[in-house]
Amino acid sequence: MANPLKPVDVVLVGFGWTGSILAEQLTQTGLQVLALERGKFRDTVPDFATTQIQDELRYAARDGLFQDTARDTLTFRNSVDQTALPMRHLGSFLPGVGVGGAGVHWNGQLWRFLPEDFVIRSHTEQRYGKGFIPADMTIQDWGITYAELEPHYDTFDYLCGISGAAGNIQGQIQPGGNPFEGPRRRGYPLPPLKRSYPTVLFDKAAKEIGFKPFPCPAANASAAYKNTLDVQMGPCTYCGYCEWFGCGNYSKASPQTTILPVLLERKNFSLRTQCDVTRINLDSTSKRATGVTYVDQQGRQFEQPASLVICCTFAQHNALLLLLSRIGQPYDPKTNTGVVGRNYAYQITSGVDVFLDEIMNPFMGAGALGQAIDEFNGDNFDHGPEGFIGGGYIALWTTGGRPILQHQLPADAPKWGAGWKKAMAENYLKSASIATHGSVMSYRDSYLDLDPTYRDVYGDPLLRLTFDFHPNEIKMSGFLTDKAALIAQAMKPRSFHAIPRIGHYSIVPYQTTHNTGGCAMGADPRTSVVNKYLQSWDVHNVFVMGSSVFPQNAGYNPTGTVAALAYWAADAIKNHYLRSPGPLVHM
Amino acid sequence: MPRRRLYKAQKPLAAVADLSEQSRPTGCDAQKPSGVKECASLSRRSLLNAALFLPAAPLLGCSSSRESNHSEGQEPPPVFAFFTPEERAFVEAATERLIPDEEDGLGARGAGVAVFIDRQLAGSYGRAEHWYMQGPWATGVPEQGYQLKLTPAALYQTATRNVNAWCQKNHGKDFAALPGAVQDDVLHGLESGDIELTDVPAKVFFTMLWNNTVEGFLADPMYGGNRNFAGWKLIGFPGPRYNYSSEIEQYGKPYTLPTVGILGRNGTLLRKG
Amino acid sequence: MDVVHPRSLTPLITGWIALAVLICGPVSANDTGSSEVARGGYLVRAGDCEYCHTDSNGQPFAGGRAIPTPFGVIYSTNITPDATTGIGQWTSQDFYTALHTGIRRGGSHLYPAFPYPWFTKISRADVDAIKAYLDTLAPIKQSNKSAELPWPLSWRGAMFVWNTLYFDEGEYKIDTTQSAQWNRGAYLVQGVAHCGACHTPDNWLGGTKHSEALEGGNAGMHWAAPGLGSNLRDGVGGWSAAEIVEYLKTGANAKSASAGPMTDVVMNSTQYLSDADLDAIALYLKDRPHAAHETPPQTHDLGAAALARGQALFTDNCTACHNPDGRGVPKVFPPLTGSASIQANNAGTVIHVVLAGSKMAAPSSLPTGLSMPGFGWKLDDREIADVVNYARHAWGNRAPLVDAETVAAVRKDIEPSDRPSRDGASTTHPDAPVNRGNL
Repeated sequence: MANPLKPVDVVLVGFGWTGSILAEQLTQTGLQVLALERGKFRDTVPDFATTQIQDELRYAARDGLFQDTARDTLTFRNSVDQTALPMRHLGSFLPGVGVGGAGVHWNGQLWRFLPEDFVIRSHTEQRYGKGFIPADMTIQDWGITYAELEPHYDTFDYLCGISGAAGNIQGQIQPGGNPFEGPRRRGYPLPPLKRSYPTVLFDKAAKEIGFKPFPCPAANASAAYKNTLDVQMGPCTYCGYCEWFGCGNYSKASPQTTILPVLLERKNFSLRTQCDVTRINLDSTSKRATGVTYVDQQGRQFEQPASLVICCTFAQHNALLLLLSRIGQPYDPKTNTGVVGRNYAYQITSGVDVFLDEIMNPFMGAGALGQAIDEFNGDNFDHGPEGFIGGGYIALWTTGGRPILQHQLPADAPKWGAGWKKAMAENYLKSASIATHGSVMSYRDSYLDLDPTYRDVYGDPLLRLTFDFHPNEIKMSGFLTDKAALIAQAMKPRSFHAIPRIGHYSIVPYQTTHNTGGCAMGADPRTSVVNKYLQSWDVHNVFVMGSSVFPQNAGYNPTGTVAALAYWAADAIKNHYLRSPGPLVHM
Repeated sequence: MPRRRLYKAQKPLAAVADLSEQSRPTGCDAQKPSGVKECASLSRRSLLNAALFLPAAPLLGCSSSRESNHSEGQEPPPVFAFFTPEERAFVEAATERLIPDEEDGLGARGAGVAVFIDRQLAGSYGRAEHWYMQGPWATGVPEQGYQLKLTPAALYQTATRNVNAWCQKNHGKDFAALPGAVQDDVLHGLESGDIELTDVPAKVFFTMLWNNTVEGFLADPMYGGNRNFAGWKLIGFPGPRYNYSSEIEQYGKPYTLPTVGILGRNGTLLRKG
Repeated sequence: MDVVHPRSLTPLITGWIALAVLICGPVSANDTGSSEVARGGYLVRAGDCEYCHTDSNGQPFAGGRAIPTPFGVIYSTNITPDATTGIGQWTSQDFYTALHTGIRRGGSHLYPAFPYPWFTKISRADVDAIKAYLDTLAPIKQSNKSAELPWPLSWRGAMFVWNTLYFDEGEYKIDTTQSAQWNRGAYLVQGVAHCGACHTPDNWLGGTKHSEALEGGNAGMHWAAPGLGSNLRDGVGGWSAAEIVEYLKTGANAKSASAGPMTDVVMNSTQYLSDADLDAIALYLKDRPHAAHETPPQTHDLGAAALARGQALFTDNCTACHNPDGRGVPKVFPPLTGSASIQANNAGTVIHVVLAGSKMAAPSSLPTGLSMPGFGWKLDDREIADVVNYARHAWGNRAPLVDAETVAAVRKDIEPSDRPSRDGASTTHPDAPVNRGNL
């Protein structure tokens, strides 16, 4: 059986962005904090070294830095009447594994959600009436406001050295920024990245139409930066290997480049890698966690006692851990009761490929080097005539021109043979792509539960994902795609074609790693797993981080909100929970 | 940021416009180390053709040390680690049709795509080491992705056998011995699923073959394909360079530094591991 | 259990750092009680005693670290107050004699790997303070190991001969023509900080060439310690006093960044020195004379072909951080232009760094510990010689030329270069190049 270990104050399950933030914040109080990470230790040198990281086959095509599906995967089906089958290798999304988590291989596209995003149900009902929300759409308010999160968004901006142009400083609209964003207390710490040619063309085209384009906020440093922990970053060199890669020259914000140099030196912090946490353990009342059980690299099982357990795993894995540990009532779509696994959501994306006369040099880029418009995100426009809820941004990103997975060809190009080859030669250097990045609402039939058939390496059930795009999202995405095509046309290309998102959601092609929900936050324990402080309603010394707490997904990349919520929760733990451990919200 | 991972299904059409000036490949490689004087396409092709009739062993006189990078001399023929002669002949012939060498020699054959696929199948990818390979097995719907019990290596073995059997039955010869136009018809049949193979779904195999062919054409040459940067030079990708700070704002200007790989400007070196 | 704490260096001795106080003048005799212990602790830091006297993963100050010398391996000794294996029975006079003359309790000679040729300069009061501090450590029973030296060096009496030839005994003498601050700097540099142990050249018997004090020396394992004179090319002549202080405090400034043993020195020693002492050291170093060096070869001696090869390798491998113009990013990625380390007559440091990579110091004031990867797995000896020669001759740099044999000699002696950690214990980089057909 499990070998008991010396108790710690806090055990963090998973050591990506949220684990690193919580550890840095809670070790400040003197607590003994232990992080358990399923993957290996990784650092800029040697793991992401400039000598070897720019290897598209190893890291992108062969998933070098991501979750190993041989050990842990999930099963998937589009609807409850199908039999879920295992995701046998990664495709649609790419959870991280190892120190830094997905914070190592992200692009660095750092957004804040809109103030209305946090109150979407009440706002929508107020503006459009209760009947505007489809009956099977289970969206809910977050139980927190943008104003409450703003200081924490700001903390993360200055930790990461975000490059960008502010659009709204304390209510004052700033020229050149995103005029639709919520008010921020101050501008970004660094100016925007240098502009690539396609982003300049997008900017011009969007302005001609009457939109207000702006440089996308980037966690790729536009200049050398020393952050709020005195950790240094180097300037981005536009090498075009951000997403799916680690950064070799310290210019993409990650736990390694912003927090770990300071955190790993703290004597009250320790990290154990290659440890799979299999359970959160509860006392006999099931109201209090006593610690976690984990299995180390050699297969030895340990019981780690802790006063506080914080789930910091990748998105849907938090729901799996709660289900396996029997914390909270599992969601049942038939009766629409229970909470754990409820409100899984995702992102809906589409694109417009653009082929131009001039050389674009697509290989020069950065993960968050983009120009965007936000006219059609959130509730920035009147949804009444459109008949759908949600929205997204439209952006031209130049993240890189990695040849295997990032080449674009005109719609009429042959799929293979001499024609394909000629089309590749003719178009690779002269193409760009406009992306739409849309919200996904939550629905009664989109959820996570335990698979009845398939097991992981420990014999535990795999998580089962039941998800499909709904008409609301398909309609919204089509609306965004049409707007993107307008901009594409104004770029005066040789040709362009839209790649709309149609049909069923498929686990196969990569879309985004923006999985959300399963442990929704909220003000009502009947529809949420955690309260506004990300504390379990059922077991007060368990907190849950990450996008798993999003009740539905907004039209932006989630990392900014994930990090802000982590700082928000850390603040509540430090200033309220530690003083009197117990439920922070009483019903 | 989302990027498509799958290659879109598009109907093949007639060849499009001529190669642009900027991306037109040259026959001789100006960036080759001084020790290598061959005109790339011709000698590469003749070497590879010769290799077909030689035993799979290094040529005599070729040093086993890396120092020979800097010495004069011809490259040894590729050593195949996985394919049987039948599988190799099929993959070489099929990939040659998928990305033909044509006049420029910059196709799958010249790029060594079959060498790449062979090495991939011999390694962890071929063994599906990082794939979830536990049953029960079911077909599912396309949205649920790959559901075969076969590893990539096993899929190639089975499919090669099946395709050759189909070709023998319908054309009296193995795939590799058929005329190019017939080979194209067979490949279209596999792609659409119109050809039914005995043991495996043709479309699933074709997707894997095509994806691996593109990988072998456009991955770093240290993996065995994209030899002498054939694929990268065709499209104008300069390789993994790490600093475009002063070039990114030079709008519309061609990038001029020579092609480089992870192991440097010698596009014939392989990685050891 | 896999407890990863990758950056833990020498365990901190807590408490006394905060007590470290400004010390005025090379000699001060008015210390009593705990202030003497605090001052001793500070001097122990300044002398970086702990580094040599602690085995890797060993108990602090219990000795046992192997010190490689050109003549064989010497092991550091236990200087905890253990009565039998440490220096618990040593009197203050015993301790002073050892530091001052290189003769230890019992009368046998110490090898000059123990830097008594510098420690002889330390005042009696400061030596007593060091002893007082060491006496406060927990005694650790750990026997000393014998040195592994060939005869006649294995005969400690040989050190008598060596001392006669190369050792000048005597405490630091105040230079009355200079300021107190200058004298304080000279006292620290020449004495307890023993900078010359690395930064002054040795003769073939390991004797210090005092006539070339601080003109650049050998820090072991092919680490070249650059000259600390006012030379612009290969010294710190181009550094302001403030930049010297910043470097010693943090391991980096706008002109350079620490590597190899100097990273350890910053981490264990100089980051803890008071601002007043660092200012004094900087003042003294800024006053060092220009060292007479031969004019290095001009760029045309390298040859256009080698220069072009080197430039290509530099472009392909180095510009991600150091930029095409070699200027790097100030205080992040060190500039190579005008760098003393790059242009040092002895190219050991730059070869070592290119082969095996390097990590900057990561003191709490500058905690990142920026690292450079090693290139030894992907570049062969001639390629490394080419890129090093390029860096030593581009942008107006000048330095003696390096050949592949020099690189091979360094490669033979140092640790294998870095590799992606997913490959575990393998010492061969998975991407290490081979020719086709040689698999």
